[in-house]
Amino acid sequence: MPDLPNRGEMTIQDAAATAIIRAENVSLVIAGETILSAINLAVAAGESVTLVGPNGAGKTMLLRVLMGLAPATTGVVTRRPGLRVGYLPQFLVPDPILPMDVRRFIGVGSATSPSRRAEALAEVGIGALSHRPIHELSGGEMRRAMLARALLREPDVLVLDEPVQGVDLAGQVELYGRIARAREKSGCAVLMVSHDLNMVMAATDRVICLNRHVCCEGAPESVRGHAEYRALFGDAADDLAVYTHRHDHSHGAAGEVVPLEAHE
Amino acid sequence: MNESLIPGLIGGLMVALVAAPMGCFILWRRMVFFGAAVSHSALLGVALGLALGINLTAGVVLTAATVAVLLVVMRRDKRLADDTILAVVAHGALALGLIALALLEGPDIDLEAVLFGDIAAITRGDLVWIFAGGGAGLAVLAAIWRPLLAMTVHEELADVEGAPVALVRVVFMLTLAVVVGVALKIVGALLIVSLLIIPAAAARRLAAGPEMMALIAAVIGVVSVLAGLQAHVAWDFPAGPAVVVVAALVFAISAPAPKLFTRPKR
Repeated sequence: MPDLPNRGEMTIQDAAATAIIRAENVSLVIAGETILSAINLAVAAGESVTLVGPNGAGKTMLLRVLMGLAPATTGVVTRRPGLRVGYLPQFLVPDPILPMDVRRFIGVGSATSPSRRAEALAEVGIGALSHRPIHELSGGEMRRAMLARALLREPDVLVLDEPVQGVDLAGQVELYGRIARAREKSGCAVLMVSHDLNMVMAATDRVICLNRHVCCEGAPESVRGHAEYRALFGDAADDLAVYTHRHDHSHGAAGEVVPLEAHE
Repeated sequence: MNESLIPGLIGGLMVALVAAPMGCFILWRRMVFFGAAVSHSALLGVALGLALGINLTAGVVLTAATVAVLLVVMRRDKRLADDTILAVVAHGALALGLIALALLEGPDIDLEAVLFGDIAAITRGDLVWIFAGGGAGLAVLAAIWRPLLAMTVHEELADVEGAPVALVRVVFMLTLAVVVGVALKIVGALLIVSLLIIPAAAARRLAAGPEMMALIAAVIGVVSVLAGLQAHVAWDFPAGPAVVVVAALVFAISAPAPKLFTRPKR
């Protein structure tokens, strides 16, 4: 298993030293409106970083700037040369006008062998759906197909924009589990936008609280007590208690118990 | 079949072949009105070609490409809905083209041929242009197929995965302009968009994958050209509209057709 940095032990300076994505004093102004200002952040190889913040905080825009999809108005964004990004956009609603099944969808962005695609689908638990048209998938199935497509690229970093959007609660736990296991298996970094603070904190090295600027950041437990974080989330912050547990098993397609390898 | 129709038939088949994959992408990318607006500008292109004394197909391709770029720029104004801008440009270009042709009109111009096509008037010289443009269109679409398809599913995802999105978008627009140029003489400015859209729409119900849809659309396009010309010869139907009507009939038949093949769901 790859050597992952322990949660909470990495300082911002450490992260900057081995950064695969870095933003220095980045701002973004669109039509006179400041969407992001004075953003400094770095994602280290193998690190798991979660962006939290209220609606309109600029979380999606920050991801887009970091991936080079939108130019920063000021400041510098650097990515390690040749960095492979596996991206899960916030919205991808398949249009029925385009006939495309799941195995085609996950391979449409890059050349891959059929066996690799089948493997990737099995890895996210939808191996049985490879011939299903993507517009017939449920929200959770589509999210898993998107994750399979991202994993197929053997990414250095998974960039996930609200990866469990439109997925029921049991499915959310399952999907976060898939993401955590994919990270353990490949050692890739994870940069994720999430509203589900209680669910993601357990698997996150560092939380960045964003509200057009970086309000606070640090290990999940330390951010939770931060005044600016509490001001943003108010009483909800108390309900979002840090939630830590580990599964010692998962469930197969038929619901049977599948033991997991021992962790750490 | 009348021997004078042979060049028209061959040209029509070539146009059907290149219109099929192009039409599929126009459907997939929700660009039907965009395609119509660019097609309607062909009239202006004919006028431009005549005024400048250049080849008419070249004039049409040039104008169609200009209008396509203009549309992309105008669509950045988010205060107006896309369909509003497209309608303004489509009908503005059509009206401007009609005026330009009226002012230029000499013994050479047959307005009806420009609007609805004139297969009987296709010459061997036209065929060279149709094959050069159609062949180039097919080759380019094949070359950009994978990134264009990935962009059609989700543009930013394709961008992150390394597709050259800006280049592919421009190349696709220029290819559309070329297809409009080669289709003009066969079906005319008003019917080009139907030759793009209808075979692809009929193929959607029969196809399980994107390539299969393009292939089926090509078969439907070829059948439409053959049957449409047959109707032209047998019953003196105007050829361009006859081709479009056959395609529309295939579309109507394709509605219940998939039920005959449907396998039980897993």
